[in-house]
Amino acid sequence: MSAAAPARQRVLSRASFETRALLANGEQLLVSVVLPALALVGLALATVPDLGTGPRADLATAGALALAVVSTAFTGQAISTGFDRRAGVLRLLGTTPLGRGGLLAAKALAVLSVLAVQVVVLVSLGAVLGARPDAGGILPLLLTLLLGSAAFVALALLLAGTLRAEAVLAVANLVWVLLLGLGVLFPTDLLPGPLATLAAVLPSGALGDAMRIAFVDGGWPWSQWAVLLAWAVVSGALTRRFFRWGD
Amino acid sequence: MTSAVVVRELRRSYDTTLAVDGASWSAAAGTVTALLGPNGAGKTTTVECLEGLQRPDAGSVRVLDTDPWRSGPDHRARVGVMLQEGGLPSTSRPLPLLRHLAAQYAAPAPLDELVERLGIAGFAGTTVRRMSGGQRQRVALAAALLPHPDVLFLDEPTAGLDPHARLEVWGLVRAEATRGACVVVTTHSFEEAERLAERVVIMAAGRVVADGTLDEVRGDRTLEAVYFELTTGAPR
Repeated sequence: MSAAAPARQRVLSRASFETRALLANGEQLLVSVVLPALALVGLALATVPDLGTGPRADLATAGALALAVVSTAFTGQAISTGFDRRAGVLRLLGTTPLGRGGLLAAKALAVLSVLAVQVVVLVSLGAVLGARPDAGGILPLLLTLLLGSAAFVALALLLAGTLRAEAVLAVANLVWVLLLGLGVLFPTDLLPGPLATLAAVLPSGALGDAMRIAFVDGGWPWSQWAVLLAWAVVSGALTRRFFRWGD
Repeated sequence: MTSAVVVRELRRSYDTTLAVDGASWSAAAGTVTALLGPNGAGKTTTVECLEGLQRPDAGSVRVLDTDPWRSGPDHRARVGVMLQEGGLPSTSRPLPLLRHLAAQYAAPAPLDELVERLGIAGFAGTTVRRMSGGQRQRVALAAALLPHPDVLFLDEPTAGLDPHARLEVWGLVRAEATRGACVVVTTHSFEEAERLAERVVIMAAGRVVADGTLDEVRGDRTLEAVYFELTTGAPR
């Protein structure tokens, strides 16, 4: 009689499969590592646009880290989950010992693993370009990465679990581009009037601003965290309610 | 002896369509049961209830004396599933895919042997997206056989396979039943049902219209003739 492998092994095996799939996927790697790295180099070396107050290399690195979170936790997860759902992958996994809870845990681990690679690459690159982050910012930076990932993964799953795969692809990429300008790379208070207010309550603005506060000033961005937490909780609840495992 | 798979007065509807309308049948360990019926007869819905993917509206399903809906990992480890659409992620290659699925089980079937018998090594470098339909079928079947299952659900396991591959698959499936597994095969092929199955269940319009051993169901006619008589003109 066959039995399930221990839960830890099931989740780790799936997490490593998902991580390798994400890192081996060319388009995904482009969006998750190459484009944030290009944004970092470009913004750090140029003198325009204005990135806010602080050393330019620090601000550019903080923005690139926020972009990395949006790429991996949101765009990457939305697209891969959307296509897995259409191909019946989620249904098949639901019949294996991994189950749905195990799949979600594995996805969270995979996102954090890819994010760790991105952080190492971008922070090293930032250091080469002259970024000197505030040492007191390490803990708030890690918390920002976690909260930002939670909010964006929840949004990604909401999208992936309710729309057709092609629509997920289109929306996920479009949102990535729109959010770039809505607080990810540039501080929300530099945006014109109403856009600044809007961006500050979007997960993109909250994530970008929190990253800058933590990385550049070593501060604790409580209000931005509250915004991210609210997005995570609301999208998480909507995902629980509306996510469809099959097409 | 208790049956490994029991469907009792099962009812399941979507919005306004009644997919399964009071179906009852069962299948024993060590046998192959063929589930036949036109598209829309309720076969897939029934099997998905048995796999724990759908919840019955009324009636009950039992697999290994367990309710499959929200059953635990140790129950799911005893059930092998091959879905119609395959359920294989499009960017993956067969061996890493099967290896990580094997890691879900405490004592999986030897992967090398499955890969060898199903001829998967010949396209080991191909991603699922670029595989032919038959190649995908073989990977999906390997995934279903990995757990050494006590119950095996196969949805059209040989659709799109060439005659040699079909024989090989039939051999593998028979071996599972000989080993003691309860195998339920959903199929549109009379040849498959006659070559593989001891028992035949025919569904039409959400109901069971025939249920018995192959000989009981076909009598002195062909399975095909009986099938058309029972399923033609069924309201849909």
